[in-house]
Amino acid sequence: MDRATKMKFPIPEDELLYSGHTACPGCGAVLALKYVLKGLGPRTIIVIPPSCAGTISAPFPFSSLKIPVLRIPFETTAISASGIRAALDVMGKRDIHVLGWAGDGGTFDIGLQALSATAERNDNIIYVCYDNEAYMNTGIQRSSATPEGAWTTTTPSPYLKDTPKKDIVRIMAAHKIPYIATASVGYPPDLIKKVKRAKEIVGTKFILIFSPCPTGWRYSSEMTIRIAKLATETGIFPLYEIENGEKYILSQRRPQKPLKEYFSLQGRFRNLKEEKLLRAEAKVKKDWEYLTRLAG
Amino acid sequence: MKKVISANQSVSHAVLAAKAQVIAAYPITPQSSIVEMIANFCSTGQLHAKFINVESEHSAMAACISASVVGARTFTATSSQGLALMHELLHYASGLRLPIVMANVNRALASPFNLKADLSDSLSQRDTGWLQFYCESGQEVFDTIIQAYRISEQVLLPVMVNLEGFILSHTYEIVDIPEQSEIDRFLSPPAPRDCLNVENPCLFGGTTDFYINFRYKMHEGMERAKIICQECDVQFQEVFGRSYGLIQSYLCEDAELILVTAGTIAGTCCVAADQYRERGLKVGVLRIRLFRPFPGEQICLALGKTKKVAVIDRDFSPGCGGIFAQEIKSILQGRRGGLPVYEFIAGLGGKDVTDEDIGRVIDQTYQNPEPGGVTWIGLLK
Amino acid sequence: MKKRYSLKSLEEMPITAISFLTTEGNETGEWRSQRPLLDLEKCNQCGLCWMYCPDNAILPEKDSFQISYKYCKGCGICAKECPKGAILLVKEKR
Repeated sequence: MDRATKMKFPIPEDELLYSGHTACPGCGAVLALKYVLKGLGPRTIIVIPPSCAGTISAPFPFSSLKIPVLRIPFETTAISASGIRAALDVMGKRDIHVLGWAGDGGTFDIGLQALSATAERNDNIIYVCYDNEAYMNTGIQRSSATPEGAWTTTTPSPYLKDTPKKDIVRIMAAHKIPYIATASVGYPPDLIKKVKRAKEIVGTKFILIFSPCPTGWRYSSEMTIRIAKLATETGIFPLYEIENGEKYILSQRRPQKPLKEYFSLQGRFRNLKEEKLLRAEAKVKKDWEYLTRLAG
Repeated sequence: MKKVISANQSVSHAVLAAKAQVIAAYPITPQSSIVEMIANFCSTGQLHAKFINVESEHSAMAACISASVVGARTFTATSSQGLALMHELLHYASGLRLPIVMANVNRALASPFNLKADLSDSLSQRDTGWLQFYCESGQEVFDTIIQAYRISEQVLLPVMVNLEGFILSHTYEIVDIPEQSEIDRFLSPPAPRDCLNVENPCLFGGTTDFYINFRYKMHEGMERAKIICQECDVQFQEVFGRSYGLIQSYLCEDAELILVTAGTIAGTCCVAADQYRERGLKVGVLRIRLFRPFPGEQICLALGKTKKVAVIDRDFSPGCGGIFAQEIKSILQGRRGGLPVYEFIAGLGGKDVTDEDIGRVIDQTYQNPEPGGVTWIGLLK
Repeated sequence: MKKRYSLKSLEEMPITAISFLTTEGNETGEWRSQRPLLDLEKCNQCGLCWMYCPDNAILPEKDSFQISYKYCKGCGICAKECPKGAILLVKEKR
């Protein structure tokens, strides 16, 4: 078809998200959902805890998703997905994908216990964490995914977040699950490719999706894709895959852009002191070197 | 076929007979042997089910909820701390109108730690929208689990079957396990209901200001449940020759004093009642089997023309008193408002309740003209 | 999504909160304070605006694309990401 040949970035055309949802203008999280659903297709059941996604999925009697949705308790994303998987398998419906969809709060913090257990059992589910680096749905409170130096309502200046972002990917790698990937809404074709890879693997798959938030990160809504790309181009959110917790595959070239460019676009880093910036740059450099070593 | 098994094993056999499809459980004394046996059934292929070894009771109930929403028949078992940990999810399960069946082995809640029989754990969950049965024997435990699946799938509310820790759970009795063909006659595969499915995608469990309407529907469900539990028990009698009723009364028709209790204390009460009858005192015993929904009408009828009621609670609501006592007092209000209710608390933390203890209850009730507050049996001087 | 339920009476409601309608009735275009205008002459049909729209408010239309003002929230991502500068943001008139 004409359009496919002219398009620079072909991704599946069918939408599994209805318009009319109440995501903020420029929301990165809903973009993550849009792309993942395109990758998985309609034979998918999704479980969503309280989160931005929960609100975006719409209140009764509406739904903004074309696939079946279960709204679940906050701590239980991973185990709710495992429960559905168990039921579907017993009932012989093994071709239906089960998707656990949680934010960073519901993954790094309150949902970590259940996630670790699901990963240890290697239950056949896809767990996606869309990371907007705070509890955005309840009004921008800090989570363990909030980067060091960021403003949130519970880390107001001068008590900005003073500990680094929890390394959830390394935690998941320690569980030796068959597939882990980091992805970003700035690179939808790469994201969808990773989702499709995950779809084919039996076992626990974990995908962390970088999802900028204009409301919480304090930037003008049209910058979502720019900021997402900059995170990868500066190396603060590198893109890679891990097979079986051991084999690392990079999805990007060496980061070239200065971290300052990424921080300067976001109001939440307005009070970032010079020494914090230097520490952040050192950390990014160290993490990148570690990654390249692991990738061999 | 008759077997000599513990009540815990009765639970496992009942879950096998009911053909549960997804079981998720976490170990806790005195429940663990229930799930150990079920895990065994699954591994040998006797039970065609998925057994999920979860990392906490909270996750156990979460797994049951999501598996049930997709249409599977589910089961879990727990006790005290585990049940308390599941608390928020108990509300969730009933709110989603899911036919989950759970066995709770009644055990005292910490702190301090105590592993033995105490009904406070399940009674603390009385507002969560679960039906609650309190059993007296291993046979009743088996039969009630089978009934529970049928009731929960008709009424679309989850059911908790309670059995006392160690007194029942670890005590071996003769239990008649019916042939699978008979069980299948009584308990068919689950009827279709609104489930998550890809053919007709919907969103389950959304946010709503219509909340009060859904709570009313739950109320209607609970009212229907009283009738369905009764009907189920009658049909159980037809198939298996056994029935229990929502309450069980012993020598209540002409009793001047009726002891009201739940669980195994009732058996001891019957022994004491016989002893007092020999001395010419007309004592009766009323065992409450179904606690939620509370069978108020049946209880009032059973209490008949008695002059005094003594409620023995193996549970305690701090700041209030025995929980069964409060419920009995409230249903008598407006029906038999003048009937005095004497309140006793005994057996907490598995403390043995003997026929002598019951004798003390009966004596005190007979001797005191007025109830006058809660009496605790078995304290240090 | 089949419509078996309604909110007209208790009996017609589902037994629990089971959604039976989509959000398509919610016209989020009302949120806009700026409106994107697509210049078809400059458009090279690369599809980036369609791909990056969080509200699926850019729809395929014949050989090109069309902005659905019913849903467009005016976030401006399409204008920012268009490699040809074919999308212009103007103030929304109310």
